[in-house]
Amino acid sequence: MNEQTPTPSERAEKLQGLGSSRKRVEDARFTQGKGNYIDDMKLPGMLFGDFVRSIYGHARITSINKEAALALPGVLAVITVEDLKPLKLDYMPTLAGDVQAVLAGDKVLFQGQEVAFVVAEDRYIAADAVELVEVEYQELPALVDPFKAMEPEAPVLREDIKDKTEGAHGPRKNPNHIFTWEAGDAEATETALDQAEVVAKELISYQRCHPCPLETCGCVASMDKVNGKLTVWGTFQAPHAVRTVASLITNIPEHKIRIVSPDIGGGFGNKVGVYPGYICAIVASIVTGAPVKWIEDRIENLSATAFARDYHMKGEIGATRDGKITALRCYAIADHGAFDACADPTKFPAGFFSIFTGSYDIPAAFLSVDGVYTNKAPGGVAYRCSFRVTEASYFIERMIDVLARELNMDPAELRMKNFIKKEQFPYTSATGWEYDSGDYQTAMDKALQAVDYTGLRTEQKANREAFERGETRKLMGVGVAFFTEIVGAGPVKNCDILGLGMFDSCEIRIHPTGSAIARLGTISQGQGHATTFAQILASEIGIAAENITVEEGDTDTAPYGLGTYGSRSTPVAGAAAAMAGRKIRAKAQMIAAYLLEVHDNDLEWEVDRFVVKGAPERFKTMTELAFAAYNQAIPGIEPGLEAVSYYDPPNMTYPFGAYICVVDIDVDTGVTEIRRFYALDDCGTRINPMIIEGQVHGGLTEALAIAMGQEITYDELGNVQGASLLDYFMPTAVETPHWETDSTVTPSPHHPIGAKGVGESPNVGGVSAISNAVNDAFAHLGLKHTAMPHDHWRVWKTAQKLGLTG
Amino acid sequence: MGKTHVKLTVNGREVEGLAEPRTLLIHFLRDELELTGPHIGCDTSHCGACTVDLNGKSIKSCTIFAVQASGAEITTIEGISGADGTLHALQDAFKEHHGLQCGFCTPGMITRAYRLLQDNPNPSEEEIRFGISGNLCRCTGYQNIVKAIQTAARELSAPKEAAE
Repeated sequence: MNEQTPTPSERAEKLQGLGSSRKRVEDARFTQGKGNYIDDMKLPGMLFGDFVRSIYGHARITSINKEAALALPGVLAVITVEDLKPLKLDYMPTLAGDVQAVLAGDKVLFQGQEVAFVVAEDRYIAADAVELVEVEYQELPALVDPFKAMEPEAPVLREDIKDKTEGAHGPRKNPNHIFTWEAGDAEATETALDQAEVVAKELISYQRCHPCPLETCGCVASMDKVNGKLTVWGTFQAPHAVRTVASLITNIPEHKIRIVSPDIGGGFGNKVGVYPGYICAIVASIVTGAPVKWIEDRIENLSATAFARDYHMKGEIGATRDGKITALRCYAIADHGAFDACADPTKFPAGFFSIFTGSYDIPAAFLSVDGVYTNKAPGGVAYRCSFRVTEASYFIERMIDVLARELNMDPAELRMKNFIKKEQFPYTSATGWEYDSGDYQTAMDKALQAVDYTGLRTEQKANREAFERGETRKLMGVGVAFFTEIVGAGPVKNCDILGLGMFDSCEIRIHPTGSAIARLGTISQGQGHATTFAQILASEIGIAAENITVEEGDTDTAPYGLGTYGSRSTPVAGAAAAMAGRKIRAKAQMIAAYLLEVHDNDLEWEVDRFVVKGAPERFKTMTELAFAAYNQAIPGIEPGLEAVSYYDPPNMTYPFGAYICVVDIDVDTGVTEIRRFYALDDCGTRINPMIIEGQVHGGLTEALAIAMGQEITYDELGNVQGASLLDYFMPTAVETPHWETDSTVTPSPHHPIGAKGVGESPNVGGVSAISNAVNDAFAHLGLKHTAMPHDHWRVWKTAQKLGLTG
Repeated sequence: MGKTHVKLTVNGREVEGLAEPRTLLIHFLRDELELTGPHIGCDTSHCGACTVDLNGKSIKSCTIFAVQASGAEITTIEGISGADGTLHALQDAFKEHHGLQCGFCTPGMITRAYRLLQDNPNPSEEEIRFGISGNLCRCTGYQNIVKAIQTAARELSAPKEAAE
């Protein structure tokens, strides 16, 4: 019996599928304090681990005395490298083909490096015991300037690999050299630059910063000695990869390891890597037989686990006098810290930095990146961006502005003159990337109109004249940025992490009564996967999103996937969800054909049901088909209704956007106010507009943080400075401006639902727009480029150098 | 280290426990009373994830010792909704306006907004932004949080005005 039903569009609306601003299912628990984050976990007999960390940037360890710590009541163990060596756990492999010391051996290589791991009955006793471990050091000269890393007199940092002439990514030129990575055509670029009518040069530095999610990293490791099974709950952006790595380095068989990511309080790249804390907690649990919790504090987070950026890019851009760009070259020094623990696909030691030609049709391009070691924390993660894409985007967007000054051209006009045109897609860049789709001119036109760009430039002219006349002490700046991201890593043919192809997965089980559970290889850290993946499925299988449970993060139950970072969840796991949904639908169609006694091809899909073509009164809803799948024997069809899809994307996706920022700078104080920020994003098909908007707000606020203040610096002795929230800039609601959002929609042609991913775009485009605006404010006074972060002091210094201050 | 008897009223219920003099209130709430709604996000009283209401004031519970709070009346995020489970207007509004993403700052943020709206039932946008500036959020950019608080303010003052 078929029920009387509303119209197809009414039924579609009820599904809350693609395009619906569905409210988030996650919010009920989070708004009531019922989230389940790692530090909320409490297991019987649980112990606490805490690190003794290096106080020096570079020093030899001459002795470690743990007697006093061990004598403290409540302390169970103090683990040092000597305890790890017999287990072959003194070093662990990094994602970048290097090794990282789990606990320091002969030397410490950065301030805050893990030296010993104290295990105690509670966190206070553990902290006391950390103070009681006596470590003697012999201080060595520190290397903090990446430009000096390869000088002959530079101290040799990595004695463990000092004679290794071949690194994971080719030959090493020097003991502090990690890799040279090149892309593009060196010769053609050289020729094009030689022949260019105009060449602009600039050093563009992107400072070391840190993703600083509000929740720090941590884990609880529990070795069940009876069953031989290790369970680790923790802040993992890639739980399955962690399981494989854990198995490889501990030699515990992979089926005896369960990795669980509970609710994660933000990641932004910080929680991709494997850290010594995880390994030490595991070892401590094996040693003590009890569950062991390790939670970083904020200072540890900022000074020891995965930083981002630290790219120093020397650029040259050639063009004709009328503004047609002919060549682009970049030589970059990448400061990787003490160990190469970059989180990039294995074959890409500089990530996707070769997307550095941006949104422009540049015929000749070449880049060379040298990765070097310094006495700083390891890392190099993609802080809310795809691998090294924000560095690349910042580089080209600043270089375009520098060129515009040189040519005395409007920066928006110069961009439009060089855009890859709509009809050129799919477009292959000079460094070999195949851009899937784009309509840059339409997006730019919409943005320029929305802000009345011409009006802004007129106002700016008047402001400069008024400033000249002494009527105001404020300068107005207009920053234009047009970014193209490369996200959704990625095709298994060229993207892997430690040999694991970067596909992703979705498994769906439809229950007899027509509701469902879907499990994916990704893990949400605030993106709202439980809400949006259900929407993708709702549209594919005709079951209302509210009746689909989405689960992620437990390696015992979820299908294998490479996790959430680099905006890959929607492009890869979202595609897997759509494809798994289509498999469900294909089987449901066969069941419907049997029940309706027609041929498969005589049926068509309509929102939530199969309808006999030409006989709309004859149909079977998905609910009916689900029940039939479990309830009756159908010849030639297995019972049940389940599907799994492992999706290997044919290409990356290329979201883009046009951002415009207007600032007013008080030259006497350096105070820079963002008067207006307009962000147009094109992320292809929009799954949940409410969530997209939220992602854009958040990404822009992180861009603001980076552009205006975030920086992790070191003094010449290797002391990390500013690694607490006292100094590290975190914008509050007061500093954060109102964000205006807008969109165009250019679907990805190769993605099953045309979606491209959005979470990181605003960070990529936002930093450039803000930095361009600050630079633009002083452009008429001859300023070519001033480096980020544009905090008040630096902006004031710039004004002072230009002779503007009293 | 010796422990001291601590007696508090938390979310309307009298509770007691033992705490070392150095035990921070946030650890006492989370580890002893198992109220894991308030979180720890920094070591320097900047992030506000640990915000609770103490004797009618928002405080960062990482900045006082449990023993200092002895005898106090405390409300945490777990005590914001009604006894019958009805959500507070702020909790509804945060969901409605997408005022949260990872959820880690949310308990502190809502608890702070709860006090803000009692002190100032009709705050301007500027007053809201200033009023929550002790609470950091890394995900939302605050815009939707501000919207949520404005909505809750209207919601909370509406029935009162109708009754007058």
